[in-house]
Amino acid sequence: MAVATNKSGQKIWQLRDRNAQLTRWFAWFVAVAIIMYCWQAISEQTTWFFVYDAPNIAGDIMSRAMPPRWPYINELWEPLWDTINIATIGTLLSLILAVPVAFLAARNTTPHQIFCRWPALLIIVSSRSINSLIWALLLVAIIGPGIFAGTIAIALRSIGFCAKLLYEAIEEIDEKQVEAIRATGASPWQVMAYGIVPQIMPTFAGITVFRWDINIRESTVLGLVGAGGIGLQMQSSLNILAWPQVSLILLVIFLAVILSEMVSAKVRGAII
Amino acid sequence: MLQLNKLTKQYATGDLALKSVELEIPKGQVVALIGPSGAGKSTLIRCINRLVEPTSGTVELNGKQLTKLGSGALRQARRRMGMIFQEYALVERLTVMENVLSGRLGYVGFWRSFLRRYPQSDVDEAFRLLERVGLDHMADKRADELSGGQRQRVGIARALIQDPELLLVDEPTASLDPKTSRQIMRLICELCAERGLAAIINIHDVALAQMFVQRVVGLRFGEVVYDGPPDQLTPDTLTQIYGEEDWEATIEKVEDEEADALEEGAVA
Repeated sequence: MAVATNKSGQKIWQLRDRNAQLTRWFAWFVAVAIIMYCWQAISEQTTWFFVYDAPNIAGDIMSRAMPPRWPYINELWEPLWDTINIATIGTLLSLILAVPVAFLAARNTTPHQIFCRWPALLIIVSSRSINSLIWALLLVAIIGPGIFAGTIAIALRSIGFCAKLLYEAIEEIDEKQVEAIRATGASPWQVMAYGIVPQIMPTFAGITVFRWDINIRESTVLGLVGAGGIGLQMQSSLNILAWPQVSLILLVIFLAVILSEMVSAKVRGAII
Repeated sequence: MLQLNKLTKQYATGDLALKSVELEIPKGQVVALIGPSGAGKSTLIRCINRLVEPTSGTVELNGKQLTKLGSGALRQARRRMGMIFQEYALVERLTVMENVLSGRLGYVGFWRSFLRRYPQSDVDEAFRLLERVGLDHMADKRADELSGGQRQRVGIARALIQDPELLLVDEPTASLDPKTSRQIMRLICELCAERGLAAIINIHDVALAQMFVQRVVGLRFGEVVYDGPPDQLTPDTLTQIYGEEDWEATIEKVEDEEADALEEGAVA
Protein backbone atom coordinates (compact mmCIF):
# COMPACT_ATOMS: atom_id res chain seq x y z
CA MET A 1 0.00 0.00 0.00
CA ALA A 2 2.08 2.81 -1.25
CA VAL A 3 -0.90 5.15 -1.50
CA ALA A 4 -1.63 7.20 1.62
CA THR A 5 -3.70 10.25 2.40
CA ASN A 6 -2.18 13.22 4.25
CA LYS A 7 -3.97 15.57 6.65
CA SER A 8 -5.34 17.84 3.99
CA GLY A 9 -6.89 14.86 2.19
CA GLN A 10 -4.35 14.86 -0.60
CA LYS A 11 -3.37 11.45 -1.97
CA ILE A 12 0.34 10.69 -1.62
CA TRP A 13 1.94 8.05 -3.82
CA GLN A 14 5.28 6.40 -3.13
CA LEU A 15 6.82 3.37 -4.80
CA ARG A 16 7.13 1.60 -1.41
CA ASP A 17 5.68 2.27 1.98
CA ARG A 18 7.86 2.68 5.08
CA ASN A 19 7.97 -0.99 6.09
CA ALA A 20 8.86 -2.21 2.62
CA GLN A 21 11.58 0.43 2.44
CA LEU A 22 13.05 -0.57 5.82
CA THR A 23 13.02 -4.24 4.82
CA ARG A 24 14.99 -3.41 1.70
CA TRP A 25 17.57 -1.40 3.61
CA PHE A 26 17.97 -4.25 6.06
CA ALA A 27 18.49 -6.75 3.24
CA TRP A 28 21.22 -4.52 1.79
CA PHE A 29 22.85 -4.27 5.21
CA VAL A 30 22.90 -8.07 5.59
CA ALA A 31 24.33 -8.56 2.09
CA VAL A 32 27.16 -6.06 2.69
CA ALA A 33 27.94 -7.64 6.06
CA ILE A 34 28.24 -11.10 4.48
CA ILE A 35 30.57 -9.79 1.77
CA MET A 36 32.79 -8.06 4.38
CA TYR A 37 32.99 -11.23 6.43
CA CYS A 38 33.93 -13.37 3.42
CA TRP A 39 36.55 -10.85 2.34
CA GLN A 40 38.12 -11.05 5.76
CA ALA A 41 38.20 -14.86 5.64
CA ILE A 42 39.86 -14.79 2.19
CA SER A 43 42.37 -12.20 3.33
CA GLU A 44 43.43 -14.29 6.34
CA GLN A 45 44.20 -17.26 4.11
CA THR A 46 46.21 -15.31 1.57
CA THR A 47 49.95 -14.89 1.83
CA TRP A 48 50.02 -11.26 0.88
CA PHE A 49 53.73 -11.29 0.31
CA PHE A 50 53.25 -13.40 -2.82
CA VAL A 51 50.51 -11.11 -4.05
CA TYR A 52 52.71 -8.01 -3.60
CA ASP A 53 55.45 -9.84 -5.46
CA ALA A 54 53.12 -10.93 -8.28
CA PRO A 55 53.96 -8.10 -10.74
CA ASN A 56 57.66 -8.96 -10.51
CA ILE A 57 57.07 -12.67 -11.11
CA ALA A 58 54.66 -11.98 -13.94
CA GLY A 59 57.15 -9.59 -15.49
CA ASP A 60 59.89 -12.19 -15.11
CA ILE A 61 57.83 -14.87 -16.87
CA MET A 62 56.86 -12.41 -19.57
CA SER A 63 60.49 -11.50 -20.23
CA ARG A 64 61.39 -15.17 -20.47
CA ALA A 65 58.42 -15.87 -22.76
CA MET A 66 59.27 -13.07 -25.12
CA PRO A 67 59.94 -13.35 -27.95
CA PRO A 68 57.92 -16.51 -28.80
CA ARG A 69 60.00 -19.29 -30.26
CA TRP A 70 58.75 -18.96 -33.84
CA PRO A 71 60.40 -22.07 -35.36
CA TYR A 72 58.37 -24.17 -32.90
CA ILE A 73 55.28 -23.39 -35.02
CA ASN A 74 56.20 -26.28 -37.34
CA GLU A 75 55.47 -28.70 -34.53
CA LEU A 76 52.11 -27.08 -33.82
CA TRP A 77 50.33 -27.43 -37.16
CA GLU A 78 49.40 -31.05 -36.62
CA PRO A 79 48.11 -30.69 -33.05
CA LEU A 80 46.19 -27.59 -34.15
CA TRP A 81 44.56 -29.59 -36.95
CA ASP A 82 43.76 -32.32 -34.40
CA THR A 83 42.17 -29.74 -32.12
CA ILE A 84 39.90 -28.46 -34.87
CA ASN A 85 38.97 -32.03 -35.81
CA ILE A 86 38.15 -32.91 -32.22
CA ALA A 87 35.83 -29.91 -32.03
CA THR A 88 34.15 -30.48 -35.40
CA ILE A 89 33.67 -34.24 -35.25
CA GLY A 90 32.72 -34.01 -31.57
CA THR A 91 30.02 -31.46 -32.41
CA LEU A 92 28.64 -33.60 -35.25
CA LEU A 93 28.56 -36.72 -33.07
CA SER A 94 26.79 -34.86 -30.31
CA LEU A 95 24.14 -33.57 -32.73
CA ILE A 96 23.31 -37.09 -33.90
CA LEU A 97 22.37 -37.91 -30.32
CA ALA A 98 21.07 -34.50 -29.26
CA VAL A 99 18.32 -34.28 -31.91
CA PRO A 100 16.39 -37.39 -30.83
CA VAL A 101 16.97 -36.54 -27.17
CA ALA A 102 15.55 -33.06 -27.76
CA PHE A 103 12.41 -34.45 -29.42
CA LEU A 104 11.96 -36.85 -26.50
CA ALA A 105 12.46 -34.06 -23.98
CA ALA A 106 10.15 -31.43 -25.51
CA ARG A 107 6.72 -31.48 -23.88
CA ASN A 108 4.86 -31.16 -27.18
CA THR A 109 6.67 -33.94 -29.05
CA THR A 110 7.57 -36.50 -26.39
CA PRO A 111 5.83 -39.87 -26.83
CA HIS A 112 5.41 -40.20 -23.07
CA GLN A 113 5.64 -37.57 -20.34
CA ILE A 114 7.33 -39.87 -17.84
CA PHE A 115 8.94 -42.83 -19.62
CA CYS A 116 10.46 -40.77 -22.44
CA ARG A 117 10.72 -37.24 -21.14
CA TRP A 118 12.43 -37.94 -17.83
CA PRO A 119 15.19 -40.19 -19.21
CA ALA A 120 15.83 -37.55 -21.88
CA LEU A 121 16.07 -34.83 -19.25
CA LEU A 122 18.37 -37.06 -17.21
CA ILE A 123 20.68 -37.46 -20.22
CA ILE A 124 20.70 -33.70 -20.69
CA VAL A 125 21.43 -32.92 -17.07
CA SER A 126 24.15 -35.53 -16.65
CA SER A 127 25.87 -34.48 -19.86
CA ARG A 128 25.77 -30.82 -18.86
CA SER A 129 26.83 -31.25 -15.25
CA ILE A 130 30.21 -32.81 -16.11
CA ASN A 131 32.86 -30.56 -17.63
CA SER A 132 34.49 -31.79 -20.84
CA LEU A 133 37.88 -31.85 -19.09
CA ILE A 134 36.48 -34.32 -16.57
CA TRP A 135 34.84 -36.36 -19.33
CA ALA A 136 38.27 -36.43 -20.99
CA LEU A 137 39.97 -37.57 -17.77
CA LEU A 138 37.47 -40.43 -17.46
CA LEU A 139 37.69 -41.38 -21.12
CA VAL A 140 41.50 -41.33 -21.20
CA ALA A 141 41.36 -43.85 -18.38
CA ILE A 142 38.71 -45.95 -20.15
CA ILE A 143 39.72 -45.90 -23.83
CA GLY A 144 43.29 -44.70 -23.56
CA PRO A 145 44.90 -41.35 -24.41
CA GLY A 146 44.54 -39.76 -27.83
CA ILE A 147 42.31 -37.82 -30.15
CA PHE A 148 39.47 -40.33 -29.98
CA ALA A 149 39.05 -39.82 -26.23
CA GLY A 150 39.00 -36.06 -26.78
CA THR A 151 36.39 -36.30 -29.52
CA ILE A 152 34.09 -38.44 -27.40
CA ALA A 153 34.59 -36.11 -24.41
CA ILE A 154 33.54 -33.11 -26.50
CA ALA A 155 30.57 -35.03 -27.92
CA LEU A 156 29.34 -36.15 -24.51
CA ARG A 157 29.62 -32.66 -23.08
CA SER A 158 27.80 -31.11 -26.05
CA ILE A 159 24.78 -33.44 -26.13
CA GLY A 160 23.21 -31.79 -23.11
CA PHE A 161 23.86 -28.27 -24.31
CA CYS A 162 22.51 -28.82 -27.82
CA ALA A 163 19.56 -30.95 -26.70
CA LYS A 164 18.52 -28.42 -24.07
CA LEU A 165 18.55 -25.44 -26.42
CA LEU A 166 16.87 -27.49 -29.14
CA TYR A 167 14.07 -28.82 -26.97
CA GLU A 168 13.33 -25.32 -25.73
CA ALA A 169 13.05 -24.24 -29.37
CA ILE A 170 10.73 -27.17 -30.08
CA GLU A 171 8.50 -26.18 -27.17
CA GLU A 172 8.21 -22.66 -28.51
CA ILE A 173 7.07 -23.50 -32.04
CA ASP A 174 3.81 -22.16 -33.46
CA GLU A 175 1.31 -24.97 -32.86
CA LYS A 176 -1.07 -23.63 -35.51
CA GLN A 177 1.30 -24.62 -38.29
CA VAL A 178 1.53 -28.10 -36.80
CA GLU A 179 -2.25 -28.30 -36.51
CA ALA A 180 -2.64 -27.27 -40.15
CA ILE A 181 -0.32 -30.05 -41.31
CA ARG A 182 -2.08 -32.57 -39.09
CA ALA A 183 -5.44 -31.52 -40.57
CA THR A 184 -4.29 -32.60 -44.05
CA GLY A 185 -4.15 -36.22 -42.89
CA ALA A 186 -0.36 -36.30 -42.57
CA SER A 187 1.31 -39.10 -40.59
CA PRO A 188 3.17 -38.23 -37.36
CA TRP A 189 6.54 -38.32 -39.16
CA GLN A 190 5.23 -36.06 -41.88
CA VAL A 191 3.86 -33.66 -39.27
CA MET A 192 7.37 -33.57 -37.80
CA ALA A 193 9.08 -33.02 -41.16
CA TYR A 194 6.66 -30.36 -42.38
CA GLY A 195 5.22 -28.76 -39.25
CA ILE A 196 8.08 -28.80 -36.77
CA VAL A 197 11.45 -29.13 -38.53
CA PRO A 198 11.15 -26.01 -40.72
CA GLN A 199 10.29 -23.98 -37.63
CA ILE A 200 13.33 -25.07 -35.62
CA MET A 201 15.83 -25.12 -38.50
CA PRO A 202 17.28 -21.63 -37.89
CA THR A 203 17.70 -22.33 -34.17
CA PHE A 204 19.25 -25.69 -34.93
CA ALA A 205 21.83 -24.17 -37.25
CA GLY A 206 22.54 -21.41 -34.74
CA ILE A 207 23.07 -23.91 -31.92
CA THR A 208 25.37 -26.04 -34.07
CA VAL A 209 27.67 -23.18 -34.99
CA PHE A 210 27.64 -21.73 -31.48
CA ARG A 211 28.54 -25.09 -29.92
CA TRP A 212 31.27 -25.70 -32.52
CA ASP A 213 32.73 -22.34 -31.58
CA ILE A 214 32.71 -23.26 -27.87
CA ASN A 215 34.17 -26.69 -28.64
CA ILE A 216 37.18 -25.20 -30.45
CA ARG A 217 38.04 -23.43 -27.20
CA GLU A 218 37.33 -26.45 -25.02
CA SER A 219 39.35 -28.85 -27.16
CA THR A 220 42.48 -26.70 -26.80
CA VAL A 221 42.75 -27.71 -23.14
CA LEU A 222 41.88 -31.40 -23.53
CA GLY A 223 45.53 -32.22 -24.29
CA LEU A 224 46.39 -31.27 -20.69
CA VAL A 225 44.89 -34.59 -19.61
CA GLY A 226 46.23 -36.50 -22.61
CA ALA A 227 43.15 -36.39 -24.82
CA GLY A 228 44.93 -35.08 -27.91
CA GLY A 229 45.20 -31.68 -29.54
CA ILE A 230 47.33 -28.64 -28.92
CA GLY A 231 46.98 -28.89 -25.12
CA LEU A 232 49.46 -31.77 -25.20
CA GLN A 233 52.20 -29.45 -26.51
CA MET A 234 51.20 -26.88 -23.92
CA GLN A 235 51.55 -29.44 -21.15
CA SER A 236 54.99 -30.60 -22.23
CA SER A 237 56.23 -27.02 -22.76
CA LEU A 238 55.03 -26.02 -19.29
CA ASN A 239 56.72 -29.07 -17.77
CA ILE A 240 60.12 -28.10 -19.15
CA LEU A 241 59.52 -24.39 -18.38
CA ALA A 242 59.89 -23.56 -22.07
CA TRP A 243 58.14 -20.20 -21.79
CA PRO A 244 58.84 -19.02 -25.38
CA GLN A 245 57.01 -22.14 -26.62
CA VAL A 246 54.12 -21.53 -24.20
CA SER A 247 53.69 -17.98 -25.46
CA LEU A 248 53.65 -19.20 -29.07
CA ILE A 249 51.01 -21.82 -28.24
CA LEU A 250 48.85 -19.24 -26.48
CA LEU A 251 49.14 -16.98 -29.51
CA VAL A 252 48.15 -19.80 -31.86
CA ILE A 253 45.13 -20.72 -29.70
CA PHE A 254 44.13 -17.06 -29.57
CA LEU A 255 44.23 -16.78 -33.36
CA ALA A 256 42.35 -20.07 -33.82
CA VAL A 257 39.57 -18.91 -31.50
CA ILE A 258 39.27 -15.56 -33.26
CA LEU A 259 39.04 -17.39 -36.58
CA SER A 260 36.32 -19.72 -35.30
CA GLU A 261 34.38 -16.74 -33.91
CA MET A 262 34.56 -15.10 -37.32
CA VAL A 263 33.38 -18.23 -39.09
CA SER A 264 30.46 -18.77 -36.72
CA ALA A 265 29.39 -15.13 -36.90
CA LYS A 266 29.38 -15.35 -40.70
CA VAL A 267 27.41 -18.59 -40.76
CA ARG A 268 24.86 -17.35 -38.23
CA GLY A 269 24.40 -14.18 -40.24
CA ALA A 270 23.82 -16.20 -43.39
CA ILE A 271 21.16 -18.40 -41.75
CA ILE A 272 19.04 -15.71 -40.13
CA MET B 1 -23.59 -35.63 -45.99
CA LEU B 2 -22.24 -34.36 -42.68
CA GLN B 3 -24.19 -35.18 -39.58
CA LEU B 4 -23.46 -34.22 -35.99
CA ASN B 5 -25.39 -36.12 -33.33
CA LYS B 6 -25.45 -34.92 -29.71
CA LEU B 7 -21.90 -33.68 -30.15
CA THR B 8 -20.52 -32.65 -26.76
CA LYS B 9 -17.12 -31.37 -25.76
CA GLN B 10 -16.00 -30.78 -22.23
CA TYR B 11 -12.46 -29.49 -21.78
CA ALA B 12 -10.20 -30.77 -19.02
CA THR B 13 -10.81 -27.47 -17.22
CA GLY B 14 -14.48 -28.43 -16.93
CA ASP B 15 -15.70 -25.88 -19.48
CA LEU B 16 -18.56 -27.27 -21.50
CA ALA B 17 -17.74 -25.93 -24.97
CA LEU B 18 -20.40 -27.85 -26.91
CA LYS B 19 -23.69 -29.03 -25.45
CA SER B 20 -25.24 -31.81 -27.47
CA VAL B 21 -25.05 -30.08 -30.84
CA GLU B 22 -27.25 -31.48 -33.62
CA LEU B 23 -26.45 -30.37 -37.15
CA GLU B 24 -26.92 -31.77 -40.61
CA ILE B 25 -25.32 -30.36 -43.71
CA PRO B 26 -26.30 -31.62 -47.17
CA LYS B 27 -23.82 -31.96 -50.03
CA GLY B 28 -22.66 -28.67 -51.51
CA GLN B 29 -24.17 -26.40 -48.87
CA VAL B 30 -22.16 -23.50 -47.47
CA VAL B 31 -23.02 -22.74 -43.87
CA ALA B 32 -21.87 -19.78 -41.83
CA LEU B 33 -21.38 -20.47 -38.15
CA ILE B 34 -21.79 -17.28 -36.15
CA GLY B 35 -21.71 -16.58 -32.45
CA PRO B 36 -19.82 -14.64 -29.80
CA SER B 37 -16.21 -15.43 -28.91
CA GLY B 38 -16.10 -18.51 -26.73
CA ALA B 39 -19.40 -19.88 -28.05
CA GLY B 40 -17.63 -23.01 -29.26
CA LYS B 41 -17.36 -22.31 -32.99
CA SER B 42 -13.71 -23.27 -33.28
CA THR B 43 -14.24 -26.28 -31.05
CA LEU B 44 -17.14 -27.40 -33.22
CA ILE B 45 -15.19 -27.50 -36.46
CA ARG B 46 -12.14 -29.01 -34.77
CA CYS B 47 -14.32 -31.78 -33.36
CA ILE B 48 -15.34 -32.69 -36.90
CA ASN B 49 -11.81 -33.57 -38.05
CA ARG B 50 -10.87 -34.47 -34.48
CA LEU B 51 -8.07 -31.98 -34.02
CA VAL B 52 -10.06 -31.66 -30.80
CA GLU B 53 -11.36 -34.96 -29.48
CA PRO B 54 -15.12 -34.75 -28.76
CA THR B 55 -16.24 -35.99 -25.34
CA SER B 56 -19.40 -37.70 -26.57
CA GLY B 57 -21.75 -37.77 -29.53
CA THR B 58 -20.96 -38.72 -33.09
CA VAL B 59 -19.77 -37.11 -36.28
CA GLU B 60 -20.81 -38.83 -39.47
CA LEU B 61 -19.38 -38.03 -42.90
CA ASN B 62 -21.10 -39.85 -45.78
CA GLY B 63 -22.36 -42.48 -43.37
CA LYS B 64 -18.92 -43.10 -41.87
CA GLN B 65 -18.58 -42.45 -38.15
CA LEU B 66 -15.46 -40.29 -37.77
CA THR B 67 -15.62 -40.43 -33.99
CA LYS B 68 -14.92 -44.16 -33.93
CA LEU B 69 -11.95 -44.25 -36.32
CA GLY B 70 -8.49 -45.43 -35.31
CA SER B 71 -5.53 -43.15 -36.03
CA GLY B 72 -4.75 -44.55 -39.50
CA ALA B 73 -8.38 -44.44 -40.66
CA LEU B 74 -8.76 -40.97 -39.15
CA ARG B 75 -5.82 -39.72 -41.22
CA GLN B 76 -7.49 -41.13 -44.33
CA ALA B 77 -10.76 -39.43 -43.40
CA ARG B 78 -8.98 -36.12 -42.77
CA ARG B 79 -7.77 -36.11 -46.38
CA ARG B 80 -11.34 -35.42 -47.50
CA MET B 81 -11.78 -32.47 -45.11
CA GLY B 82 -9.85 -29.37 -46.09
CA MET B 83 -9.22 -26.84 -43.36
CA ILE B 84 -8.62 -23.11 -43.70
CA PHE B 85 -7.35 -21.14 -40.71
CA GLN B 86 -7.71 -17.71 -39.17
CA GLU B 87 -4.06 -16.75 -39.28
CA TYR B 88 -3.42 -18.82 -42.40
CA ALA B 89 -1.28 -21.36 -40.49
CA LEU B 90 1.09 -21.71 -43.42
CA VAL B 91 4.49 -23.17 -42.64
CA GLU B 92 6.27 -19.84 -42.72
CA ARG B 93 9.72 -21.00 -43.76
CA LEU B 94 8.56 -23.18 -46.64
CA THR B 95 7.82 -21.94 -50.13
CA VAL B 96 4.32 -21.35 -51.47
CA MET B 97 4.62 -24.50 -53.57
CA GLU B 98 5.70 -26.62 -50.62
CA ASN B 99 2.80 -25.26 -48.61
CA VAL B 100 0.29 -26.09 -51.33
CA LEU B 101 1.76 -29.55 -51.88
CA SER B 102 1.63 -30.21 -48.13
CA GLY B 103 -2.10 -30.65 -48.70
CA ARG B 104 -1.18 -33.95 -50.41
CA LEU B 105 0.70 -35.30 -47.39
CA GLY B 106 -2.11 -37.70 -46.60
CA TYR B 107 -1.73 -39.27 -50.06
CA VAL B 108 2.06 -39.55 -50.44
CA GLY B 109 4.52 -41.62 -48.44
CA PHE B 110 6.99 -40.15 -45.97
CA TRP B 111 10.15 -40.27 -48.10
CA ARG B 112 8.45 -38.87 -51.18
CA SER B 113 7.17 -35.95 -49.14
CA PHE B 114 10.46 -35.55 -47.26
CA LEU B 115 12.46 -35.39 -50.49
CA ARG B 116 9.76 -33.20 -52.09
CA ARG B 117 9.31 -35.68 -54.94
CA TYR B 118 5.57 -35.38 -55.37
CA PRO B 119 3.83 -37.15 -58.27
CA GLN B 120 3.64 -34.96 -61.38
CA SER B 121 -0.17 -35.05 -61.22
CA ASP B 122 -0.03 -33.38 -57.79
CA VAL B 123 2.36 -30.73 -59.07
CA ASP B 124 0.08 -30.07 -62.07
CA GLU B 125 -2.89 -29.71 -59.75
CA ALA B 126 -0.90 -27.37 -57.49
CA PHE B 127 -0.08 -25.09 -60.43
CA ARG B 128 -3.72 -25.18 -61.55
CA LEU B 129 -4.92 -24.19 -58.09
CA LEU B 130 -2.31 -21.45 -57.70
CA GLU B 131 -3.47 -20.04 -60.99
CA ARG B 132 -7.10 -20.29 -59.87
CA VAL B 133 -6.40 -18.31 -56.68
CA GLY B 134 -4.24 -15.85 -58.62
CA LEU B 135 -0.80 -16.72 -57.27
CA ASP B 136 0.82 -18.66 -60.11
CA HIS B 137 3.77 -16.27 -60.20
CA MET B 138 4.42 -16.73 -56.47
CA ALA B 139 5.15 -20.49 -56.42
CA ASP B 140 8.80 -20.04 -55.41
CA LYS B 141 8.32 -17.30 -52.82
CA ARG B 142 8.63 -18.15 -49.16
CA ALA B 143 5.31 -18.03 -47.31
CA ASP B 144 6.49 -15.32 -44.92
CA GLU B 145 7.10 -12.95 -47.83
CA LEU B 146 3.41 -12.82 -48.75
CA SER B 147 0.70 -10.39 -47.65
CA GLY B 148 -2.26 -11.53 -45.55
CA GLY B 149 -4.63 -11.96 -48.47
CA GLN B 150 -2.04 -13.85 -50.50
CA ARG B 151 -1.30 -16.16 -47.59
CA GLN B 152 -4.96 -16.98 -47.18
CA ARG B 153 -5.12 -17.81 -50.89
CA VAL B 154 -2.25 -20.25 -50.38
CA GLY B 155 -4.19 -21.67 -47.43
CA ILE B 156 -7.22 -22.15 -49.68
CA ALA B 157 -5.11 -23.87 -52.35
CA ARG B 158 -3.63 -26.16 -49.70
CA ALA B 159 -7.11 -27.16 -48.53
CA LEU B 160 -8.39 -27.73 -52.06
CA ILE B 161 -5.49 -29.86 -53.27
CA GLN B 162 -6.59 -32.41 -50.67
CA ASP B 163 -9.54 -33.07 -52.99
CA PRO B 164 -11.98 -32.56 -50.12
CA GLU B 165 -15.72 -33.03 -49.91
CA LEU B 166 -16.01 -30.66 -47.01
CA LEU B 167 -14.24 -27.45 -46.11
CA LEU B 168 -13.80 -26.48 -42.47
CA VAL B 169 -13.08 -22.79 -42.42
CA ASP B 170 -12.07 -21.10 -39.16
CA GLU B 171 -12.42 -17.30 -39.22
CA PRO B 172 -10.95 -16.92 -42.71
CA THR B 173 -11.19 -13.13 -42.72
CA ALA B 174 -10.43 -12.18 -39.12
CA SER B 175 -6.92 -10.95 -39.91
CA LEU B 176 -7.76 -9.27 -43.21
CA ASP B 177 -8.90 -5.82 -44.29
CA PRO B 178 -12.56 -5.40 -45.36
CA LYS B 179 -11.91 -5.54 -49.08
CA THR B 180 -9.60 -8.56 -48.93
CA SER B 181 -12.09 -10.20 -46.57
CA ARG B 182 -14.79 -9.98 -49.20
CA GLN B 183 -12.50 -11.24 -51.94
CA ILE B 184 -11.49 -14.21 -49.83
CA MET B 185 -15.09 -15.03 -48.87
CA ARG B 186 -16.14 -14.73 -52.50
CA LEU B 187 -13.29 -16.99 -53.58
CA ILE B 188 -14.13 -19.63 -51.00
CA CYS B 189 -17.83 -19.61 -51.92
CA GLU B 190 -17.11 -19.67 -55.67
CA LEU B 191 -14.76 -22.61 -55.26
CA CYS B 192 -17.34 -24.47 -53.18
CA ALA B 193 -19.91 -23.90 -55.91
CA GLU B 194 -17.48 -24.98 -58.68
CA ARG B 195 -16.59 -28.19 -56.94
CA GLY B 196 -19.84 -28.92 -55.15
CA LEU B 197 -18.18 -28.72 -51.74
CA ALA B 198 -19.98 -28.33 -48.48
CA ALA B 199 -18.40 -25.86 -46.09
CA ILE B 200 -18.72 -24.66 -42.53
CA ILE B 201 -17.38 -21.15 -42.18
CA ASN B 202 -16.81 -19.69 -38.72
CA ILE B 203 -17.19 -15.99 -39.03
CA HIS B 204 -17.54 -12.95 -36.80
CA ASP B 205 -18.69 -10.55 -39.48
CA VAL B 206 -22.45 -11.15 -39.69
CA ALA B 207 -22.93 -8.82 -42.63
CA LEU B 208 -20.20 -10.56 -44.60
CA ALA B 209 -21.73 -13.94 -43.83
CA GLN B 210 -25.16 -12.78 -45.02
CA MET B 211 -23.65 -11.66 -48.32
CA PHE B 212 -22.25 -15.03 -49.29
CA VAL B 213 -23.85 -18.03 -47.63
CA GLN B 214 -27.06 -20.00 -48.04
CA ARG B 215 -27.55 -20.87 -44.41
CA VAL B 216 -26.58 -19.39 -41.06
CA VAL B 217 -26.21 -21.29 -37.81
CA GLY B 218 -25.97 -19.27 -34.61
CA LEU B 219 -24.12 -20.75 -31.68
CA ARG B 220 -24.31 -19.48 -28.11
CA PHE B 221 -22.73 -21.12 -25.05
CA GLY B 222 -22.20 -24.29 -27.08
CA GLU B 223 -25.82 -24.58 -28.23
CA VAL B 224 -27.45 -23.97 -31.59
CA VAL B 225 -29.85 -21.06 -31.09
CA TYR B 226 -30.50 -20.14 -34.72
CA ASP B 227 -30.55 -22.18 -37.89
CA GLY B 228 -32.01 -20.65 -41.00
CA PRO B 229 -31.52 -18.54 -44.09
CA PRO B 230 -29.35 -15.42 -43.80
CA ASP B 231 -32.12 -12.95 -44.60
CA GLN B 232 -34.21 -14.04 -41.63
CA LEU B 233 -31.62 -12.82 -39.16
CA THR B 234 -33.53 -10.15 -37.26
CA PRO B 235 -32.38 -7.93 -34.42
CA ASP B 236 -34.21 -10.34 -32.12
CA THR B 237 -32.33 -13.39 -33.34
CA LEU B 238 -29.02 -11.53 -33.18
CA THR B 239 -29.84 -10.58 -29.58
CA GLN B 240 -30.54 -14.22 -28.92
CA ILE B 241 -27.14 -15.20 -30.36
CA TYR B 242 -24.90 -12.41 -29.14
CA GLY B 243 -26.83 -10.70 -26.33
CA GLU B 244 -28.43 -7.28 -26.02
CA GLU B 245 -27.14 -4.64 -28.46
CA ASP B 246 -28.54 -2.29 -31.08
CA TRP B 247 -28.58 -4.49 -34.16
CA GLU B 248 -30.40 -2.24 -36.61
CA ALA B 249 -27.16 -0.72 -37.87
CA THR B 250 -25.61 -4.13 -38.56
CA ILE B 251 -28.53 -5.30 -40.58
CA GLU B 252 -28.94 -2.06 -42.46
CA LYS B 253 -25.27 -2.17 -43.31
CA VAL B 254 -25.88 -5.52 -44.93
CA GLU B 255 -28.23 -4.02 -47.46
CA ASP B 256 -25.78 -1.21 -48.20
CA GLU B 257 -22.98 -3.62 -48.68
CA GLU B 258 -25.04 -5.82 -50.92
CA ALA B 259 -25.69 -2.77 -53.06
CA ASP B 260 -21.95 -2.04 -53.01
CA ALA B 261 -21.18 -5.57 -53.98
CA LEU B 262 -23.56 -5.37 -56.90
CA GLU B 263 -21.94 -2.14 -58.06
CA GLU B 264 -18.51 -3.66 -57.67
CA GLY B 265 -19.61 -6.62 -59.73
CA ALA B 266 -21.04 -4.32 -62.39
CA VAL B 267 -17.78 -2.35 -62.61
CA ALA B 268 -15.75 -5.53 -62.82
